[in-house]
Amino acid sequence: MNSLRIPILKIGDVLIASIQIALHDASAVQFKDDLLQKIHDTKARGVIIDLTAIDVVDSFIGRMIADIAAMSGLMGARVVLTGLQPAVAITLVELGLELTGVLTALNLEKGLAVMQRQTDQAEESSDGTG
Amino acid sequence: MAQAKAAVIRSDLDIVIARTLARDTAKALGFGAIDQARIATAVSELARNIFLYAGSGSVTVREIEKSGRKGIEIVCEDQGPGIANLDLAMQDGFTTSRGMGMGLPGAKRLMDQFEVKTKEGEGTTITCSKWRA
Repeated sequence: MNSLRIPILKIGDVLIASIQIALHDASAVQFKDDLLQKIHDTKARGVIIDLTAIDVVDSFIGRMIADIAAMSGLMGARVVLTGLQPAVAITLVELGLELTGVLTALNLEKGLAVMQRQTDQAEESSDGTG
Repeated sequence: MAQAKAAVIRSDLDIVIARTLARDTAKALGFGAIDQARIATAVSELARNIFLYAGSGSVTVREIEKSGRKGIEIVCEDQGPGIANLDLAMQDGFTTSRGMGMGLPGAKRLMDQFEVKTKEGEGTTITCSKWRA
């Protein structure tokens, strides 16, 4: 029962992971390791983590998400968090975990749009300096 | 009044079982979605503390009633090392493990009442409750 892994899909240079199960600590750590490896293997520029199906994010999972965003950033991939339920957003802030610095979007579609904008901006600025 | 239900905490999987028990009980008692999430998150923090610091313990969830108001009471018990400095442990950001130091103060903010009884070398009992709006 520990081997339940979260599938990570690739579309273009974006990875998409939709978390559909209640994460326990070991599966969250596994997900972090899998995702970073996949960024390395695929040279992805962006990662969307969809939390639509998640009804509880406690401080451990919250920290894991913040870590994933920071680590992915070091590897050159932007993380956008999508589909946070109202109850999850409220409890996260009340808990004291505001996930500042993590990009978010209302849903997967808007998340992809955010990702596209980020990529375009990055390309424009690298063109501009050339 | 409904029977109390308990979850034994021995592994990180039991944390998920405990918070699901709390959420299901809160839902059955008529708590709204946001309070269900608050209660489940608080239980997740407290159950993790049991697992991290004491190794094992239990989480008991029961319905309570006071002057016509219904609520939920959660008792988290362990026979672990106890909390050496409770004032410090209740501060945001203080931790003696690799956690974020949000467990106790965070769980307290999410609940209406929160009481910690702890004795070094004997264990910790946290009783917290939330009343239905």
